[in-house]
Amino acid sequence: MSILVDRDTRLLVQGLGGAGKFHVDRSIAYGTQVVAATHPTRAGEVELFEGDVDTSGVPGRSGRYRAEVPIFPTVRAAVAETGANASVVFVPPPFAADAIMEAAEAGVALIVVITEGIPIQDMVRVKRYLEGRPSRLVGPNCPGVITPHQCRIGIMPGYIHQAGRIGVVSRSGTLTYEAVKQLTDAGLGQTTAVGIGGDPVNGTSFVDALAMFEADPDTEGVIMIGEIGGAAEEEAAAWIAESMTKPVAAFIAGTTAPPGKRMGHAGAIISGGMGTAAEKIAALRAAGAVVALTPSDMGDAVVEAMRAAGRL
Amino acid sequence: MKIHEYQAKDLLRARGISVPVGRVATDPDEAVRAVRPLIEASGNPVVVVKAQIHAGGRGKGRFSEHPDLGGVTVVLDGIEGGVEATEAAVRALAERMLGSTLVTVQTGPEGKQVNRIYVEQGISIVQELYLSVVLDRSLGRNVMMASTEGGTEIEEVAEHTPEKIFRAVIDPAVGMLPFQAHALAWQLGLRGEAAKSARRFLAAIADAAVALDTDMLEINPLVVTEDGGVMALDAKVSFDKNALFRQQALAPLRDLSEEDPAEVEAATYDLSFIKLDGTIGCLVNGAGLAMATMDTIKEEGGEPANFLDVGGGATTENVTAAFKIIMKDRSVRGIFVNIFGGIMRCDTIANGVVQAVKDVGLEVPLVVRLEGTNVELGRSIIEGSGVAGLQSALSMRDGARKIVELAA
Repeated sequence: MSILVDRDTRLLVQGLGGAGKFHVDRSIAYGTQVVAATHPTRAGEVELFEGDVDTSGVPGRSGRYRAEVPIFPTVRAAVAETGANASVVFVPPPFAADAIMEAAEAGVALIVVITEGIPIQDMVRVKRYLEGRPSRLVGPNCPGVITPHQCRIGIMPGYIHQAGRIGVVSRSGTLTYEAVKQLTDAGLGQTTAVGIGGDPVNGTSFVDALAMFEADPDTEGVIMIGEIGGAAEEEAAAWIAESMTKPVAAFIAGTTAPPGKRMGHAGAIISGGMGTAAEKIAALRAAGAVVALTPSDMGDAVVEAMRAAGRL
Repeated sequence: MKIHEYQAKDLLRARGISVPVGRVATDPDEAVRAVRPLIEASGNPVVVVKAQIHAGGRGKGRFSEHPDLGGVTVVLDGIEGGVEATEAAVRALAERMLGSTLVTVQTGPEGKQVNRIYVEQGISIVQELYLSVVLDRSLGRNVMMASTEGGTEIEEVAEHTPEKIFRAVIDPAVGMLPFQAHALAWQLGLRGEAAKSARRFLAAIADAAVALDTDMLEINPLVVTEDGGVMALDAKVSFDKNALFRQQALAPLRDLSEEDPAEVEAATYDLSFIKLDGTIGCLVNGAGLAMATMDTIKEEGGEPANFLDVGGGATTENVTAAFKIIMKDRSVRGIFVNIFGGIMRCDTIANGVVQAVKDVGLEVPLVVRLEGTNVELGRSIIEGSGVAGLQSALSMRDGARKIVELAA
């Protein structure tokens, strides 16, 4: 088992620009079922992907792959024709919000948004639009979602992943890769790794991801990687204390960030004593999580949390 | 993106929001010329001279050249001396303020040079309130915050008297609703003419925040005037950088002299850079990893000289630009490169680093930690580069430890 995506996920691509094409190609090489794409002017065409199979992906595949992905004018048409149940959005920032809402309107169950730089007010509107609709949004400004050896949606390097026992949820891209690599090296592997993105307004929260991992029978422990700014980590800590039975390890980036300075991610801004690393670390510790002090210790923190829970 | 108070007030005025009349000046003559029309228009002999810098706390701030002088000064000379006395006082103030350095709680001890002053009509104030529109990240919605404690930092009010802060959550589908504006005005204790005027004001501010894509819109103080109106006595506005593509009118308002030149240069290469006070330069891909790298350096006893995120698709060009920017900082005594090569392969990155170092010239020790795709190849390129002072590290902690030792 896993969360969000698996071998049955049928992926639609919104945004076949340079980056979109490159990463969709990597996903197909990994073994992901990419069934459709949308494009405002290229409807009716077919996008051809071919190359050498990524042998770190879905098992039992070798040699070359060749996929002809049909391009549709609208998400509705793509879903009706292909039964796509997940979408990945690479659409540029000015048009990304519209793309997300189009996917939601068409009933796409999972919408993963890689696009970085979407205006905050656009995401405020998107979040409102998604209220009451069954679609789940992951991101924006995130590396995506991967269930090792089954399905890769996004931009993460597939080969560092190994199917296993730990759920990974993170606000940061490269820090997710660090954690994943350490879990693979430690032989623990991952059930699913979810990047929830560094923007101040996003779809899936830490709490959402933790709840899904808690409910997933194959996930035995979780590592969550947070950052300064906002209160998402504190909310996660409260949820862990209340409802989580599985061991949790955590890392919070930005212990040394000076207040009031914005560190790359729009989310990573601290002001007025809200959302500092110290506050987040204290909240997570109080909830029973093992907190790694440096990113090099993330794997060890998971091992410690699993041992303490008698699961290792 | 931040703008000056006078620019913020111009934007609000253009949206029909009540602000005092004022004129900006860059030299004493200009400041003096502003006085007479202001007094004639307002009928009030009092004017206020306000230093314009991108930092708050100006009223309580002091000029390092003139320790007796604050960044906001009320000129009362005109009450008895007439317009000429006001003009003379404004000239004296302009001469002292312009070109001098204002130090406030937000500027840091080095302060900021004042290049512009704002000469504004005096306002007879009955009451000072607080108003702002900010994003509530947990809700994913804009929230209007109002408080009876005008003129005080809202963080202080939140800490000591949180019951004096009132909130209205704005639904983006319908905007701020009349009942919400009414409720806030009522909670602020406003009645009659002032309440009526406040309701219009609050709704207009809520709309402005969305229409202008503000990150933060703060009116502190919002004042109730003697005639029962409300007015923005100060305005602090910053904008969502991601929305500037559709806010073309804001582009000319950017004041590069208020920004760190290195940060401005970095932005032209798509680098996210923030200057810090330490001695270890950092070059990292990804904002989270960049922050974590700074944390690790600190953990090993060093102090980071900067935050620098080269982004996901690091190229030789932007790595070279990043090196140049880091090396310009004279306090840098060592550089730590920490890259997780995901899609971008480590050998490509290693070649980029070696090329950049050869182009720029290496004056301080450099430790490179690579992880990810083709890591062995990447490390052997670093180790075989023949560049003196260049070392490879096996882990982030190992790298941080090495560079802290080398830079000591």
